[in-house]
Amino acid sequence: MPKGEKRTDWRFRIAHREALIGCALAVFNIIWWYGFAYTLGSKPPEDYTYIFGFPAWFFWSCIMGFIVMVFLVYLVVKFVLKEVPFDEEGSDER
Amino acid sequence: MNWEVLVPLLALLFVIFLIGIWSNRKMKQSSSFLSDYFLGSRELGGLVLAMTMAATYGSASSFLGGPGAAYTIGLGWVLLAMTQVATGYFVLLVLGKKFAIVTRKFKAVTLIDFLKERYQSKSVVLISAFSIVVFLFAAMAAQWIGGAYLIQTVTGLSYLGALFLFAVAVLLYVIIGGFRAVAVTDATQGIIMFVGTLVLLIGVVIAGGGIDQIMTDLVTENPNLVTPYGHDGQLTAAYVTSFWILVGVGVVGLPQVAVRAMSYRDARSMHRALMIGTIVVGFIMLNMHLIGVFARPVLPGIEVADQVIPLIAMETLPPWVAGIVLAAPLAAMMSTVDSLLLLVSSSVVKDVYINYFKPDANRAHVKRVSIGFTAILGVIVFLLSINPPELLIYLNLFAFGGLEAAFIWPIVLGLYWKYANKHGAIASMVVGIGSYIAIHQYNDTYGNLFGVHAVTIPVFLSLIAFITFSLIFKKEPYQF
Repeated sequence: MPKGEKRTDWRFRIAHREALIGCALAVFNIIWWYGFAYTLGSKPPEDYTYIFGFPAWFFWSCIMGFIVMVFLVYLVVKFVLKEVPFDEEGSDER
Repeated sequence: MNWEVLVPLLALLFVIFLIGIWSNRKMKQSSSFLSDYFLGSRELGGLVLAMTMAATYGSASSFLGGPGAAYTIGLGWVLLAMTQVATGYFVLLVLGKKFAIVTRKFKAVTLIDFLKERYQSKSVVLISAFSIVVFLFAAMAAQWIGGAYLIQTVTGLSYLGALFLFAVAVLLYVIIGGFRAVAVTDATQGIIMFVGTLVLLIGVVIAGGGIDQIMTDLVTENPNLVTPYGHDGQLTAAYVTSFWILVGVGVVGLPQVAVRAMSYRDARSMHRALMIGTIVVGFIMLNMHLIGVFARPVLPGIEVADQVIPLIAMETLPPWVAGIVLAAPLAAMMSTVDSLLLLVSSSVVKDVYINYFKPDANRAHVKRVSIGFTAILGVIVFLLSINPPELLIYLNLFAFGGLEAAFIWPIVLGLYWKYANKHGAIASMVVGIGSYIAIHQYNDTYGNLFGVHAVTIPVFLSLIAFITFSLIFKKEPYQF
């Protein structure tokens, strides 16, 4: 780090990492959502297969997509996110 | 007059009023009126935080306009609505801890406080306050109109009478309670929304003879209804995907959502809110829009899209259950309106009036001005809503897009890019709002530019403007 620059608050390193995780989750979510909807869904409707009464594209993209995202968010919250204090200056704690 | 439906609705309004009074009592004990009135003293727990985000975000368009569109367009619109699942986790993770830490350090109470400290520029403050007032007026009017339509459908009152009833209820408790009342009532309303949509979905599926039967009916009527491309095959993948920006990740730029990311008590509340928020937003969006699609075979031929939900609820459920379920959209609209009202009045009173006109104002004076101004705003929106414009989602989404184009980069880059400076922020807001309004007009006349929603291109243009101008006037890197 260049001279005269304050050392980055240790809490910000955690915050930056978690922001990137948020972006990664969104990218995954978009790929899953788009992938199932516009592959399975682009067939002519008479060729659709149905799961629990829903067209397969809808079931995988919207219903399973939602369940998978809830599960991933759960994993992230449970195992990845770290608790940091918001109030007091935490920079000497390291 | 439909009393069996009306009584549960009125009971809800009354409970909300009591909560307003209760939280006003609590406010008297707290030390800072401003921080409490506008932010609830930064002590929201996980459940309240998640519910207040869901309730603020889930507005008339998710409960009336959206399902109405799904009724007409089919499963393709549900696919579009599901882009909103991201709001549950994305906002809290991306703004997340850094925003919470920085706004505490800045002692920021509003979004504009944050921008003011970060960019040290009067122009940034004034442009922000201006765009919040203009765009949120549009968003608020949309909610008031929706609320009035709903009360009108249920009670048979005249539009004006319904509007008046809605306005009085909202104003009373916003004025009395401030942010804490809003947050706590939001939480109550979020729970009503969650349960209400589930009950209604079950009711509609039973009335339609099961999901298999409903799908068969839809295919018989028009096979396009079960494809991702909409009833007329016109819903393109590019257009639907562009909603990831408008109602998915772009929501980071909405002041009414961002302000919630400053209000959590600690990291643990934030983590819980992430979890609950994702579930609640996804669940409500999926269910409400599915209800819209499922309503089609059950109750064909509804002309006014916004009436699909009230009509299907009264058709498929016993009257008193319908009353409770219809409290859900009403709750959503009230909580959106009150948050927006508070946001607009905070922008004007706190960010402009106190900053530049009366920095030495004492507590009693600030309180009088805040409450008075909130009331005046409410009356103006009421007057605007008397002759409502036609389309409800339209107004609401217009406001969404404008705010996102204006604020997304000043917030995100202000937090994460140390070379972000006021020149970049001003350029970004001006380019964002300007190009958004221009492209919006263009799309109205000629159809969607590049086949995507009007907000998409301005978001990219304002990013380019931000980076270019920040680098041209390059200064010292910013240290928090």
